[in-house]
Amino acid sequence: MRSSRLWAWLTFAVGAACFFIPLLATLEFSMRMRRGTYSFDAYKVVFGDPRFQATFSYSVVAAIMTIILGILIVVPAAYWIRLRLPQLRPIVEFITLLPLVIPAIVIVFGYIRMYGSSSPLPLLASSRSTDLLLVIGYATLALPYMYRAVDTGLRTIDVRTLTEAAQILGAGWSTIIVRVILPNVLIAVLSGAFLTFAIVIGEFTMASLLNRPAFGPYLQNIGANRAYEPAALAVIAFAITWGCMSVIQLLSRFAPRSSNRPN
Amino acid sequence: MADTFLSIRNVRKTFATTTVVQDFNLDVARGEFVSFLGPSGCGKTTVLRMVAGFEEPSGGAIHIAGKDVTRLKPNQRNIGMVFQAYALFPNLTVAQNIAFGLKVAGAPRAEIDQRVAEMLSLIKLPEFGERFPYQLSGGQQQRVALARALAPKPKLLLLDEPLSALDAKVRVSLRDEIRGIQKELGITTVFVTHDQEEALSISDRIVVMYGGRAEQVGTPFEIYNRPSTRFVANFVGTLNVLEGTVSDAASGKVRINTEEIALKNKLNGSRTGETLSLALRPEAIALGRRAGHDANLSGEIAEVHFLGSVIRVRVGLGSSTVSLDTFNNSSTPPPTVGQRTEISFASEDVLVLH
Repeated sequence: MRSSRLWAWLTFAVGAACFFIPLLATLEFSMRMRRGTYSFDAYKVVFGDPRFQATFSYSVVAAIMTIILGILIVVPAAYWIRLRLPQLRPIVEFITLLPLVIPAIVIVFGYIRMYGSSSPLPLLASSRSTDLLLVIGYATLALPYMYRAVDTGLRTIDVRTLTEAAQILGAGWSTIIVRVILPNVLIAVLSGAFLTFAIVIGEFTMASLLNRPAFGPYLQNIGANRAYEPAALAVIAFAITWGCMSVIQLLSRFAPRSSNRPN
Repeated sequence: MADTFLSIRNVRKTFATTTVVQDFNLDVARGEFVSFLGPSGCGKTTVLRMVAGFEEPSGGAIHIAGKDVTRLKPNQRNIGMVFQAYALFPNLTVAQNIAFGLKVAGAPRAEIDQRVAEMLSLIKLPEFGERFPYQLSGGQQQRVALARALAPKPKLLLLDEPLSALDAKVRVSLRDEIRGIQKELGITTVFVTHDQEEALSISDRIVVMYGGRAEQVGTPFEIYNRPSTRFVANFVGTLNVLEGTVSDAASGKVRINTEEIALKNKLNGSRTGETLSLALRPEAIALGRRAGHDANLSGEIAEVHFLGSVIRVRVGLGSSTVSLDTFNNSSTPPPTVGQRTEISFASEDVLVLH
C-alpha cells in the first residue's frame, strides 16, 4: 500500500517537473532582460508595444465573434440531433472531428481558392469580409471542442421531455431553446466558449495566411526578432489559457442540477 | 354521450411497417376522468401523445371541445400534461416553473403572481415557491408538475404515468390528491397507467388497451366484474381459471374434474361436450359452504399466505388450483396445508371465457 502510494507520488512529481521546469525556465529567462538582476522589463516592453495591444484586441474581438457564431451553429444543431435525428449523431461527430485531422493550412488554402478575387463570392476582396472569413475559419477549428462540450451538456438533461413539457405549455422553438435548453447547458456552452477563446488567441496559420493583424502572427514575429519578449509573451499566453480553464472550473460549480431523478 | 368534450375517431398510428394503434374510438365527457390501462407496448401512451400533439395520427381525427385538433401543434392545443419523469425545468424555481406557461402566453405580472400562489396552495406547497426542483422529493416534484400543467387553465389534462416513478406510499396519497384536484376543478382528464389498482381507484371510466386497440371501455365496476374479453378478465385483477366440459347444455351443467356445477344462462349457446374456461375472482369464492352460493367443489389446501387483514388461500382442485381470499379473524386460526376442504361460489359470479 505504502509502496504504491510512493510510486504514485513519484510519477506525479516527474510529470509535474516535466511540465513546470520549462515553464519556470521561460519565466526566469523572461525576467533577465536587465543585466545582472531580475526585472519585468520584457513585460513592460510587451505591454507597452502598440502592436501587442492592437493584435491582442483584434484576436479578442475575433474570439468573441467566433464564440457567438459557434453557439449559433452548434447549440441548435446538437439539440436538434439529440431530439429528432439521433441516427445522424455518428456522422455529425465525424464531421466535427475533421478540423483536428485536416491541417489549418489546407483549410485556409481552400478558402483562398474558393473566396479569392476571381470567385463569385470574393470574401478576400476587403478587410472586413476577410475578417468574416477568418471568424468562420476559427469557428471551424473550434468545432470539435464546442460540439463535444454542448453535446455532453445536452446528455445531462432529458432533452425530449423538457422540450415536450415546454411545448405543451405553449412555447415555440425559439422560446424552448433560449429559455429551457440553453440555460440548462450554459455551463457546457461556456466551457466550449473558453476553449474556443484559448484556440483563437494563439492561432497563427489562418491569420497569417489571410494576412490579418492577429495575436498569433504577432507572437511569431516577436519570437523571430527579439530575445526576452517572446519568453514574456509565452508566459502571458499561458496565463490567459490557464485563466480560461479556471473560469470553466469555477462556472461548473454553478451548473443547475437535474430534476429528472426519480427517488 | 350527451356532452362529448374529447372525441377520438378511428385513430390509427403506424411507425414504418408497425401499426401501434388501430381503429381507436373514444368519447370523453366534459369533466370526466378516463384512464388508459394496459401492458407495456399496448399503445396507450401513443394515443395520449396523439391527443397532446406530439405524434401525428396516420389516420382518423381528434376533436377537443368540438374543434378538430388532429394537425395542430402541441403549443396550439391549450392542453396541460404531466410526465412520468416530472420534466420540471431544472434551472427555474418552483414558482418560475409554475409561471412558465402563463409567461409564454404573455399574461400580466400581477395575474401570474396570483395564479402561482393559487397553484402552490392547491398542491399544498405554499412555502416552496423559491426552491429549485432538485431540492424537492419525487412526490413534491410531481405535484409541482401538476400545478405547472394546471396554471394556464388548460381545457384538457393529460397524465402520462405520473405516479410510476414514486414509491408505493407516495403513489397512493398522490393519486388521491390528483383525483381531488381534478374533481375540484372539474377538468376533463386522461390518465395513462399500467397499474390496474390506480386505474380502478380513481377513474370514472377505464379504457383497457391491448395490441393497439381498446379491448373494453367501461366503469371500473364493469371492467372488473363484467370483463368482455379474455384479455381484460386476465389483466384486470386476479383471476382463477378452471377448465370445464359442458355435460348437459340444455340444463347448463358443466363438469369440472369429477364434479358438476349448474351455470344458468351462462353458456351462450355452447354445446354438450364443449370445453370451456370458467373464471372466478378470488373474493367470489368462499372456503366451505355458504348461504347464496349454489356451486360447490371439493379440494385440498395447497398454500396459505397471511397478508395481514386478508389470508390468501390456494386450494388444489385435481389438476388446477384456485386462489381465494378470506378476512383475518383473530379468533379463527388460518387453514392448514393438506387439509381437505370444500369451496363454494355463486354460479352467477362465474365468467365464461370464450
